[in-house]
Amino acid sequence: MKSKVNRELPDDLMQKLDYKPFETTEIGHPEIQRVAPKVHVSTGDDKIVDSIKQVVADTVKDGMTISFHHHFRNGDFVFNQVMRVIIDAGIKNLTLAPSSLTGVMNDMVIEAIKAGTITNITSSGMRGSLGDFVSHGGLKNPVIFRSHGNRARAIEHGDIKIDVAFLGVPSADRLGNANGMEGNAVFGSLGYALMDAQYADQVVLLTDNIVDYPNTPASIKQTQVDYVVKVDKVGDPDKIGSGATRFTKDPKELKIASMVNDVITHSPYFKDGFSFQTGSGGAALAVTRYLRQSMIDNQITASFALGGITKPTTDLLNEGLVKKVMDVQDFDKGAADSMHTNGNQQEIDASWYADPDNKGAMVDQLDVVILSALEIDTKFNVNVMTGSDGVIRGAIGGHQDAATGKLTIISAPLVRGRIATVVPDVTTVVTPGDSVDVLVTEFGIAINPKRTDLIAVLSNIPGLPVYKIEDLQKMAEKRVGTPKPLEFTDRTVALIEYRDGTVIDTVKEVKD
Amino acid sequence: MEIKKTAIAGTLESSDIQLMISQADSGIAIDLQSDVKKVFGDQIEAVITTTLNEMGVTSAKVKAVDKGALDCVIKARTIAAVQRAAETTATPAWEVL
Repeated sequence: MKSKVNRELPDDLMQKLDYKPFETTEIGHPEIQRVAPKVHVSTGDDKIVDSIKQVVADTVKDGMTISFHHHFRNGDFVFNQVMRVIIDAGIKNLTLAPSSLTGVMNDMVIEAIKAGTITNITSSGMRGSLGDFVSHGGLKNPVIFRSHGNRARAIEHGDIKIDVAFLGVPSADRLGNANGMEGNAVFGSLGYALMDAQYADQVVLLTDNIVDYPNTPASIKQTQVDYVVKVDKVGDPDKIGSGATRFTKDPKELKIASMVNDVITHSPYFKDGFSFQTGSGGAALAVTRYLRQSMIDNQITASFALGGITKPTTDLLNEGLVKKVMDVQDFDKGAADSMHTNGNQQEIDASWYADPDNKGAMVDQLDVVILSALEIDTKFNVNVMTGSDGVIRGAIGGHQDAATGKLTIISAPLVRGRIATVVPDVTTVVTPGDSVDVLVTEFGIAINPKRTDLIAVLSNIPGLPVYKIEDLQKMAEKRVGTPKPLEFTDRTVALIEYRDGTVIDTVKEVKD
Repeated sequence: MEIKKTAIAGTLESSDIQLMISQADSGIAIDLQSDVKKVFGDQIEAVITTTLNEMGVTSAKVKAVDKGALDCVIKARTIAAVQRAAETTATPAWEVL
């Protein structure tokens, strides 16, 4: 069978895992039944546990689903400590269901797979040695990649049933009231972990900072928590996010950013009260700076900024150019600190952020969104998952979710080194072209032909050449040459879900 | 053209290629390292071989470390490396340029 973006899906696997192929970006108005977690009743006086070993012995059994959050990113000390104990306890056949996997976790995940401890994985993404391992067939069962909004949906539906959630926090009291803002290794918003806290059967908090009861503000509440474990250190604050976000000096990135800003300011969405999401990365941060000037010049303020937040965005909040920041994750210390001090920066969970099966998610209200791409094809389909060698090295993140915004801009260089970004067909379809509106490269822009309204308003702007996307693709190919097609085996190593839980594409084992 | 000594051209910067050419008994042997070897390896080796042939080099050992160079860069670095290896930098073979 095929998904609507013309990708062949393996019938046997689709049937076995009871999946439907991706059809449409429209979610419609279905009626959804959500699940509820088990509650192990307690008055709360018995939650403190001395060691990870003891809590693992009390909670984790063969065949369970366990989860973690990735808010500590590459400064995470929790995942490896817990997994070490689980592997050493000889527990087998676990499903690992973290919000995402960061580089510091790679070696431990590979060890756990080899030991038979982990036999299934669902994640937003993976990179480095783990992506390489999985792409070379290291895990028997296919990894299921889900966007942040889709993970929230899957947890609420019971597609992901978390038995035990291990959640590291920089501060908690003895009953489990916790936040991500106070303590040593602070990361700001606990957005992704809030799903686990709400839906896991057993919630284990790990912290290096047990504070007086009751701890406020409480992002995770005592009503959700079963155990509180004191550890030496939950994370390395220097590696959680980039310290000070540096403004790019790369002329190519600046040119792209300035053209992205032109697209935004000439679109009908650039008016008082508009909303936006920019994400991280050199060009995206530069866009925020150009956008700031345009907002001042035109006396326009934004009603909210959404998503993963960086300091340039919280600066806009402090200047009054953005009224509210809706914050599911903070990419740098500046943004994390700002959540602590600025009441207009609201912590939101992944469901509120982006879950499609909702009574309204923030992404549904989003006007302008700027996203990146490893590859984009002439159908505007975007790949943020596999590299030019076909190996897994990315994450869906909120890409599919935010792309439902009213003006979705993909900003990407035409070529990176010898690799074309604009290609005839992407290696892996993550975000369908139906939800992408404009591609901005350093040479010019391409507008999705479906958006005749945007073609009309963006076509005669000085310094903003408009091409057909096929022409940009040919321009890229002329520069770098025609690559030899990648070779894969028939074996499926990963499934890419669309945000509604259908399958949009698969990743195959690479042939070396 | 005869390779007289080992010579290097190019850098390890992004979008460049570093070539080391040295003497060989017979034929052209290319040892290529590249992040894009899977998709452009054949093309890179073809550009190096063609350029060597055009310069009349029939036997040479080539070690190439590619960082995503375009064909024009590969050709330029190959020519420079050959001229250095053949000690003809003072009298470049303009006709092959």
